[in-house]
Amino acid sequence: MTDSKYFTTTKKGEIFELKAELNSDKKEKKKEAVKKVIASMTVGKDVSALFPDVVNCMQTDNLELKKLVYLYLMNYAKSQPDMAIMAVNTFVKDCEDLNPLIRALAVRTMGCIRVDKITEYLCEPLRKCLKDEDPYVRKTAAVCVAKLHDINAQLVEDQGFLDTLKDLISDSNPMVVANAVAALSEIAESHPNSNLLDLNPQTINKLLTALNECTEWGQIFILDCLASYLPRDDRESQSICERVTPRLSHANSAVVLSAVKVLMKFMEMLPKDLDYYGTLLKKLAPPLVTLLSAEPELQYVALRNINLIVQKRPEILKHEMKVFFVKYNDPIYVKLEKLDIMIRLASQANIAQVLAELKEYATEVDVDFVRKAVRAIGRCAIKVEQSAERCVSTLLDLIQTKVNYVVQEAIVVIKDIFRKYPNKYESVIATLCENLDSLDEPEARAAMIWIVGEYAERIDNADELLESFLEGFHDESTQVQLQLLTAIVKLFLKKPTETQELVQQVLSLATQDSDNPDLRDRGYIYWRLLSTDPVAAKEVVLAEKPLISEETDLIEPTLLEELICHIGTLASVYHKPPSAFVEGSRGVQHKRLPPRAGSGESTESPDVGQSGPSEAPPAVIPSQGDLLGDLLNLDLAPPTATVPSVQPSMQMGAMDLLGGGLDSLLGGDIGGSPSVTAMPASLGSAPAVGGGLGDLFDLGGGVGMPTGSYVAPKTVWLLAMKAKGLEISGTFARRGGIIQMDLSLTNKAMSVMTDFAIQFNRNSFGLAPAGPLQVLTPLSPNQTIDVSLPLSTSGPVMKMEPLNNLQVAVKNNIDVFYFSCQYPLSLLFVEDGKMDRQVFLATWKDIPNDNEAQFQIKDIHLNSDVASNKLQGSNIFTIAKRTVEGQDMLYQSVKLTNGIWVLAEMRIQTEPFLLSDLKCTEPRIVYANLLHSQ
Amino acid sequence: MIGGLFIYNHKGEVLISRVYRDDIGRNAVDAFRVNVIHARQQVRSPVTNIARTSFFHVKRSNIWLAAVTKQNVNAAMVFEFLYKMCDVMTAYFGKISEENIKNNFVLIYELLDEILDFGYPQNSETGALKTFITQQGIKGQHQTKEEQSQITSQVTGQIGWRREGIKYRRNELFLDVLESVNLLMSPQGQVLSAHVSGRVVMKSYLSGMPECKFGMNDKIVIDKQGKGGTTDEPGKSGKQSIAIDDCTFHQCVRLSKFDSERSISFIPPDGEYELMRYRTTKDIILPFRVIPLVREVGRTKLEVKVVIKSNFKPSLLAQKIEVRIPTPLNTSGVQVICMKGKAKYKASENAIVWKIKRMAGMKESQISAEIELLPTNDKKKWARPPISMKFQVPFAPSGLKVRYLKVFESKLNYSDHDVIKWVRYIGRSGIYETRC
Repeated sequence: MTDSKYFTTTKKGEIFELKAELNSDKKEKKKEAVKKVIASMTVGKDVSALFPDVVNCMQTDNLELKKLVYLYLMNYAKSQPDMAIMAVNTFVKDCEDLNPLIRALAVRTMGCIRVDKITEYLCEPLRKCLKDEDPYVRKTAAVCVAKLHDINAQLVEDQGFLDTLKDLISDSNPMVVANAVAALSEIAESHPNSNLLDLNPQTINKLLTALNECTEWGQIFILDCLASYLPRDDRESQSICERVTPRLSHANSAVVLSAVKVLMKFMEMLPKDLDYYGTLLKKLAPPLVTLLSAEPELQYVALRNINLIVQKRPEILKHEMKVFFVKYNDPIYVKLEKLDIMIRLASQANIAQVLAELKEYATEVDVDFVRKAVRAIGRCAIKVEQSAERCVSTLLDLIQTKVNYVVQEAIVVIKDIFRKYPNKYESVIATLCENLDSLDEPEARAAMIWIVGEYAERIDNADELLESFLEGFHDESTQVQLQLLTAIVKLFLKKPTETQELVQQVLSLATQDSDNPDLRDRGYIYWRLLSTDPVAAKEVVLAEKPLISEETDLIEPTLLEELICHIGTLASVYHKPPSAFVEGSRGVQHKRLPPRAGSGESTESPDVGQSGPSEAPPAVIPSQGDLLGDLLNLDLAPPTATVPSVQPSMQMGAMDLLGGGLDSLLGGDIGGSPSVTAMPASLGSAPAVGGGLGDLFDLGGGVGMPTGSYVAPKTVWLLAMKAKGLEISGTFARRGGIIQMDLSLTNKAMSVMTDFAIQFNRNSFGLAPAGPLQVLTPLSPNQTIDVSLPLSTSGPVMKMEPLNNLQVAVKNNIDVFYFSCQYPLSLLFVEDGKMDRQVFLATWKDIPNDNEAQFQIKDIHLNSDVASNKLQGSNIFTIAKRTVEGQDMLYQSVKLTNGIWVLAEMRIQTEPFLLSDLKCTEPRIVYANLLHSQ
Repeated sequence: MIGGLFIYNHKGEVLISRVYRDDIGRNAVDAFRVNVIHARQQVRSPVTNIARTSFFHVKRSNIWLAAVTKQNVNAAMVFEFLYKMCDVMTAYFGKISEENIKNNFVLIYELLDEILDFGYPQNSETGALKTFITQQGIKGQHQTKEEQSQITSQVTGQIGWRREGIKYRRNELFLDVLESVNLLMSPQGQVLSAHVSGRVVMKSYLSGMPECKFGMNDKIVIDKQGKGGTTDEPGKSGKQSIAIDDCTFHQCVRLSKFDSERSISFIPPDGEYELMRYRTTKDIILPFRVIPLVREVGRTKLEVKVVIKSNFKPSLLAQKIEVRIPTPLNTSGVQVICMKGKAKYKASENAIVWKIKRMAGMKESQISAEIELLPTNDKKKWARPPISMKFQVPFAPSGLKVRYLKVFESKLNYSDHDVIKWVRYIGRSGIYETRC
């Protein structure tokens, strides 16, 4: 059989010829023709013009031909929806065929044809197939429900397929169970709160039974599903672990990794003093090591996961250092990962071996690998204090090899060692100095200069050395120039008599002959310091430096916990939360480890499946679970203008909006339409209100600000000292329906800043930059630039505490900086927020009282009209006004960007008081801020 | 789950493209070609993320297999599936090459339709697949109803790897214990790391649905039996047993039973398959020792002397011995003298390759070479890759012994004694390196 000939026809008029062949009477010719069509399709030629002719071949007894036609249909049905209908009859007929293989084939293919009209016809056959007597058909039908859900979720719910699917979990055939679990898990991902999987001890038991019997793939589906279950207590946790551990001996690495995931997760719940806990720990090591004898690609996946496991539970693999030794023939990606793990496992006990290995690696060919190995030696020195001396001598040996990049890398790490252990290893400086000439990389040159400056008093010819650098001062990179300037000043402070000339030379080079403002400024500062107060200069320049920490490369704990829940998946390979690389609502949920056993304060929400972080995010931004990943994603995915589907995430957002006791708030209603359902609201403290409800009235009170929403003055969000010289102040405004973030960026550092970019963490209302941060010119020192960044509300949603908190990352050429700020909620009031009077009345009545909040706003001297005007400027619309007992009552409505309505009754009492009585579809949190904004 | 699967030739031309999910478009095919295949050396990971789409790839000779997804899939599963896909294709049409793929593209599409549904891997055991997906494409039409339901129950069944009603006139089975011994040794002769990764491969030609039980000299089992009290043969209970670090089994083995009783019981697939894999690190018999001596004589000459010593029973013979001694890139000429076998300098591989056909245990042999170097001004020192070795020995370096393999088939009238059993041990070198 030589089908390859089908790939070679590239004649003109080919389509025409094929058409004739497809309509041929001879079966063989027909089949040949269809094969040619499929071959063309594969290489990317457009053969959609042949649609009717190919579909005509569908009615055939020949199974092979039928499959080919189906393949064609799946590819082109979407582009020819009307014609695809022609195929429906055959499908329906095939679903009734006596041969179960044909029934399954029909239902499988039908689910792949993403044409709305066809899906209607699919329902009946699918229903039958879900209850087919043959397990092969049932297992295919189970997956088909997931396909249909992907096309039309509503239809699947309406037709009750989800319940049928749930029933299949109890099916007698293990493969049907596995596929049903896979389908349900996938559907559940897009309904975070639906509790679709409904895992309870009974279903878990069924799954564990099926686990022993189904295919390797089915075992993976089931284990992945099990991992999302939260056992009730440690006993249940232990019994599940006991039934999962046998999987660790499976030949399929994915089964093993998924089992490891379940165990790592459920182990959290076991008390540490339990015997079983220790047993389990011991059982985990061998299978993990065995993964390293798999094919290289799987080794890579395993190593990325082991990297996480080692950080979470170092005890598991602490005795297994040797298996991570790099083999000469390992692919480079395996080598680099092994190196990382070696450093993590390095301890006093094994450091000698590790060092010997690292030294060996430093002589290999791959430059990246060698550099990393040399850095690793430095990290060992910093991590294991007892080894520092051996590390230093190893580094010295490496320097003797004279391999250029090895020497340079070694000098950079030795600098770090000096900083960690000051005044200990300075004896090696002489050796370092010998290699001065070979250093051509700025980082290495700067490191060397730093060393000379720092230890100038012990280096006899320090002045000569530095002077030699000074010759080519203008050709050096900024990093080196700055370092050289500082080093010479240090030298001068230490040996003032001999080096006066040198310091003057460098100061004049830096201040007079240099174009670099950064350098110039530093030069001036030193100059002035030295000339006015040498004692102060000494204190500043020779100040004691903070020690550097040992573990700077650990993954931040909350992110690590989330990643542990994703063992085996892509997230664990990228070391990023799924939200960083998955679009839309899928995978946005944050998974967490179950609460630690024994710790009484399990504040986390008990349901892992739907846990939006319920705690208030701490003030320090990076500790926010996924944030780091999100922000680091900065370069990877610039904020796009494309609007992701808002519906599902919206629901989550709305749920989150309320936190605490208000969870049930949004119940069923989802989506873009204004949700006017009434909800219970508890009137606790009003966190977001703060003290300043009246602030805005005050501000508005004095001067007439007739229209346009209120814009708060800029406040400083990011202090220069925390952000390497970048100061950011800003405010928010809504102009002509567009939300804008006004920023002032000030460069208080010495060097020019460029390459600005901005990104937001997920927030309560899905605020996201609608475009890139437009800083076109580099920001020179002491310059300030004002930028207006338009924002959209289509970003991912996550409830923040307080609600209007926004976490921002700004990147420039120097670093990434994080800060958080709060936006006025009035930002989110849309222009079409004026509710119809009748609707208003009806809605007002429908909202229960407990959804109501009252506020007094004092010291505001406004009459009702002025207040009404003022509020209108911020899109708070007055629907009606009424005077009762001499008091003006205003009835107002506000609509938020996410479609939530807020209704208000405002009573203007005696002059100094403004009493506001709010009823809203949303609780007071929103409203409190609403008043803020006026 | 997997959104699409593509197969490319070495030029990046797509040979097979099957899309399972709506979020994967045709542009993904090109993205992979441009960013991975054409980028050659720069891609340094088997997982690549391009514009929020993740690509997993494996290479078989000149052929690239890539799985694409936009979701947070189980990465280990995707790779396992790609390997499986390769196995299935090999089982159907032999070597994975451009020609074979083009010749069988219809079959491949049919397979892809069967073993991956909406991106979820389904039963991919070739034994089962071959019952209803054939290269002729005629089966499935003239089957009786019984045959059809037999197929579906096998594909979905608990014993998806074996069909009912197999009959042999002669019930026979072959066990191969295949071990590869890995070693990394320092120039001073210190073992840096050594392990054996072994496989037990079984060829079974047994009738019916036989229940098998496999036993070996696993330390845990033997110690347990020793404790069990039956001390009728105290001399024998002290017999050598080995400590197995870890083992994995074919899916036919009942893992829960192994976990609780450490007994290996299963219903085997028909024909050849891999029953188990294991790993040991303790008390390994290292069949050879390599003693290197490299001396640099000035800047233009190297003297190399390598001694190999065989370390096993003198009655046994090692075969296909090959020692590879790397030479620097600037080698201009090599002179070799060896006592046994043949040695040649292969300039294209930058190595001296020394081959010996056979060597008995407890012997030693030696090679010495003079390597002339071209003077270079390259400051970079030669990396001195390790000396590697290949060989094959007729025993298991881990010390593993098969104790029994019992066959029970209650329905058919043959017993364990009627089955003809063959056991063979082969030890091969894995990565067997000595630094110099």
